[in-house]
Amino acid sequence: MSSPTTGPLKRTPFYDFHVAKNAKMVDFTGWEMPILYRSIVDEHEQTRKSGGIFDVSHMGRLAFSGKDAIKFLDHVLTRNCAAMLPGQSRYSLVCNEAGGTLDDVIISRDQKHWIMVCNASNREKLMAHFHAARKAGDFDFEFADNTASTAMVALQGPKVIDRMSEILPGVRDLKRYGFESGTLMMLIKYTVFRSGYTGEDGIELVIPAKLAPMAIKLLGGKEDKEGATLRPAGLGARDTLRLEAGMPLYGHELNETTDPISAGLGWAVDLNKAFIGAAALRKIAENGPARKLVGLELEGKRIARQDTPVVSTDGKVIGIVTSGTLGPTVQKSIAMAYVDAAYTDVGTRLGVDLKGTINPATIVKLPFYKRA
Amino acid sequence: MSDTPSDRKYLQTHEWHQTHGDTVTLGISQFAADELTDVTYVSLPKVGQTFKAGDRFGEIESVKATSDLYTGVAGTVTEVNTTLDSDPALVNREPYTGGWMVKLKVTDPAGLEALLAVDEYLKRIRH
Repeated sequence: MSSPTTGPLKRTPFYDFHVAKNAKMVDFTGWEMPILYRSIVDEHEQTRKSGGIFDVSHMGRLAFSGKDAIKFLDHVLTRNCAAMLPGQSRYSLVCNEAGGTLDDVIISRDQKHWIMVCNASNREKLMAHFHAARKAGDFDFEFADNTASTAMVALQGPKVIDRMSEILPGVRDLKRYGFESGTLMMLIKYTVFRSGYTGEDGIELVIPAKLAPMAIKLLGGKEDKEGATLRPAGLGARDTLRLEAGMPLYGHELNETTDPISAGLGWAVDLNKAFIGAAALRKIAENGPARKLVGLELEGKRIARQDTPVVSTDGKVIGIVTSGTLGPTVQKSIAMAYVDAAYTDVGTRLGVDLKGTINPATIVKLPFYKRA
Repeated sequence: MSDTPSDRKYLQTHEWHQTHGDTVTLGISQFAADELTDVTYVSLPKVGQTFKAGDRFGEIESVKATSDLYTGVAGTVTEVNTTLDSDPALVNREPYTGGWMVKLKVTDPAGLEALLAVDEYLKRIRH
């Protein structure tokens, strides 16, 4: 059930923690990661009702600094970086000249440098892209890959902010997509972001790799039992949580041949500035995308997985599913799909072709789940 | 895996077969249920449908994956576990008891001989 890769799997600083918690480990794009500890559905519900702890150390952490850092980031990112203030994070895309998506990232502006969190599977590709773009544009700045020297953990759920305020007093006042740095117990240098990938309130915390095993205990990993406020949750729950929250996952909703406008991410693309891919994206925005990412709700409990064809009521293939699951919170079979623009109105009756059986589906508004 | 029952025989695709007279009951092993994670849907045949050894008799879905279900013996469906419609996760909780899937009236017992004994099954999934 895990895909083979060449060479040994990379491990995060929390590897021993996962093993001690009896996690089921899988190969996730070359990283040995916990898919689940107890059950995907349990961990999903724990996160929606209280709090989940997710190891996201596999994600790339890059730092940019120097004279032309802002200019460069505005050149490679779809978001207007010059307009950001220190202490702010923003979701952004990195595109190729054709407007295809190389990655989706969170860019954060600190006092003297910038932090970019990117997908694990895209880190090396992005680094090569940035090296090439720096050379071609003659930008003067430094960038560093801090992925190995740091660890990153996401704490997500309605009880996370209260609990974390006991340890990190500043988090309560952090705005959504705000971040700050500090020192914990006079020892652990950290950067905390009020963000996440679950549809819940919460934080993402970057700490030095060496102190990670100690920090995870401090963060509530030791009280892991039924009824605990915070419990570990794996990549399986992370996927069902993000899907209910209508958030795209690279390799599913996004790839090098899909553009952010068609993906419904136009809000994260500033077409008034120049950047790699801007010309192509302006054209798509002007003409309107030929297909759009939509939410589908299926009748019944069957699941439409990635690459399932989407059909019109007269049997024409008009789209393709990118992700699907049985949403543990919404209790419905849900999917995201690219569908021909003519069929994308909310309420449109369609079908998904499950190995020859057409299962009725209806277009619904994204997200599938919104916290109260 | 010491709790994998020895009173039944297995396919390498993880289906167990327990015989009582001329009827065989099918389900999937704990190992398979654990690999699938939370089962969300089990698609089962109708009473009266017939299968040859090696036929696909249904499909099982979880939050994580979808898998086909195979029978190692030929037979006619006499009963299906309708409880799984409302409680598919019973397959995770009780794969060898409450989570059974179908009962077949065996039409050709030859297939039973080719099935794996528990030791052989465990050996194959461990490797």
